Amino acid sequence: MEGKMPDLVQEAEESRRHGGPVRFFMRFTREQRYMHAVLFSTFLGLAGTGLPLRFSESIWARGLAKGVGGFGAILFFHKFCAVVLTIAFLIHLREIFTRGIAHRDWSVFWGPNSMVANWKDAKDLFGHLRWFVGLGPRPQFDRYAYWEKFDYWAVFWGMIVIGFSGYAMWFAPFFAHFLPGWALNAVLVIHSEEGLLAILFIFSIHFVNTHLRPDSFPMDMVVFTGVESEEEFAHKRPLEYERLKREGKLEGRLGEAPQTWLINFSRVVGTIAILIGLTLLVLTLTAYFS
Amino acid sequence: MVKALASSGFCAAGFALVLLASSAGRLSAQTDCLACHGDQSMQDSNGHSIAVDGKTFADSIHGSMKCNDCHTTIKEYPHPDQVTKVECKGCHADEATGLAGSVHADSKEHPCTSCHGSAHTIFPKTDSRSNVYPLNVPRTCGQCHSTAGMAEKHGLASVYPSYMDSIHGFALSKEGLLVAANCQSCHGSHHILSRKDPASPTNKANIAQTCGNCHAKIKDDYMGGVHGKAVAGGNMNAPVCTDCHTAHSILQPTEAAFRMQSTPICGSCHKDKLSTYRDTFHSQLGSLGGYVETARCWDCHGAHEILPTSDPRSPVNPANLVVTCGKCHAGANLSFVQYQPHANAHDRKLNPALYFVRLFMNILLIGTLTFFVIHTLLWLIRARYNQIKEKSKDGGKNA
Repeated sequence: MEGKMPDLVQEAEESRRHGGPVRFFMRFTREQRYMHAVLFSTFLGLAGTGLPLRFSESIWARGLAKGVGGFGAILFFHKFCAVVLTIAFLIHLREIFTRGIAHRDWSVFWGPNSMVANWKDAKDLFGHLRWFVGLGPRPQFDRYAYWEKFDYWAVFWGMIVIGFSGYAMWFAPFFAHFLPGWALNAVLVIHSEEGLLAILFIFSIHFVNTHLRPDSFPMDMVVFTGVESEEEFAHKRPLEYERLKREGKLEGRLGEAPQTWLINFSRVVGTIAILIGLTLLVLTLTAYFS
Repeated sequence: MVKALASSGFCAAGFALVLLASSAGRLSAQTDCLACHGDQSMQDSNGHSIAVDGKTFADSIHGSMKCNDCHTTIKEYPHPDQVTKVECKGCHADEATGLAGSVHADSKEHPCTSCHGSAHTIFPKTDSRSNVYPLNVPRTCGQCHSTAGMAEKHGLASVYPSYMDSIHGFALSKEGLLVAANCQSCHGSHHILSRKDPASPTNKANIAQTCGNCHAKIKDDYMGGVHGKAVAGGNMNAPVCTDCHTAHSILQPTEAAFRMQSTPICGSCHKDKLSTYRDTFHSQLGSLGGYVETARCWDCHGAHEILPTSDPRSPVNPANLVVTCGKCHAGANLSFVQYQPHANAHDRKLNPALYFVRLFMNILLIGTLTFFVIHTLLWLIRARYNQIKEKSKDGGKNA
């Protein structure tokens, strides 16, 4: 299996060396990129306003609250981001429903283009771990690798859990009509623990897995530009690359080389997001262990 | 010196006329003395002014008295240079007795005049010119009780600025309310005792009565509550007015600063309740300040007439919770009030459901992060190793 990958990369490199221009392939649609932008902006907003609440005894939390005009302002901003994110989530659900149910596109639920985990993902996880410690070859990944699916479902689950518990607190008297009394106590615990997990996970694991690891360092631009170079495509997702080539669909995925302004803009936005995230991570860890 | 001699000469001339009129040489009226002492530049041999403003003195509370009613040793002119000290207690015996037993008993530092002002310009305490007119009392006491020297010498805090910024100080200085509590409303005037003295109005056992002199209804409420009953029963650990409101820097209780500072005060005794309160949204919101609406202890438990939960009149009695919670949470119903504002997520017996929810969430958090931290660290190391091994083949430049 491992033998194929360098060949693909070499092919791509050779085509470039032989005078062929660098080809770019579509990975994310415009809608998906916008969705990611809304997701990370509101997530940063929610984390930035949620953490001072979770660690309200810490000095920086009080400083921040004071800085933005007291706690009323923080809570308002938190709720505002929550509503925007909820709308984005509902749009995503409608998209899945339209494609998967209304248009009967079963590839949404199964196959290489689906986010649903399959047997190969389990094998890839163990294969990857074996490769980490030098006990086996590097697994070949298709369109969505197991950690990418985990990221997706972690956010999906987190959105439901944090969202539900958040709204249960926001509209507690209404939710009390059908929730037992102890649940009103539990929703805060759930909201804050799950929120903390999401923050710690995104700002450490997702950042490193997706952006900061050597293959993508300092950040994977594909989620901003929507395209990646042929070389990168072949290296990171050889199975998909090979499958598309075999089926003659590779050219159908050709995209435009990203504009310089878009790359620069994305770098600035991405760097700011990562810096905010890392700052919040450090604050969280110091507050958690102090 | 020349000036003093000159005025003495002038004085002698004046008295010569007086002596012509009254052959006995006796002094019997203010005018006799003012003939000399009315000169505003008059000084004794030490350079101290011995002038008296006759007009102001005539206006003062002692204005109808003769000089030698107080300066009793001076009977006739000329009189000796050294006159004996005036003793106010000759007339004001009760006040002098009170002062003698008070914290100000060392009267070298605290003669009557240090509060009442110059002996010849003493006005009734209802006169706004008086140093002990209600609106002037804090400034008068503050002459000493605002200095660092007091703190060093007697271990007393500089209470004057605290008082002036308090609700009483504002009422007095900004609104000019004569009924606003000033220093002597609580401490008394002549017979001021240390708060350690059981007879002092500022002794812990007497605080409720002292504040109750004005705040009568609140005193009654307090005495009916658990804290008031405990103090009345001799339990001096229970809080009195000043434990929550402080003594001098008393704030308006609806003010954010007061709402911020008083939860820890309740918590200094009710430690377990504070700790469980800290875990709730009420506390998390409330700790950040600027958001005064979140429930603090007394919003639910009441402030003065705090009753046991079992008492049907207690706002936290189960029968009253819908009303109590409903003060903030419009639409609160029976299910809503099952919420426990002091739930302990670490107490399996008391809050089993919450305990297991917390346990599950903790395991989820720690489990997920532990796995992925190990996973990602190993990946980082391996990917970097491969990158170095393959040199320039770094997996491609992005975009």
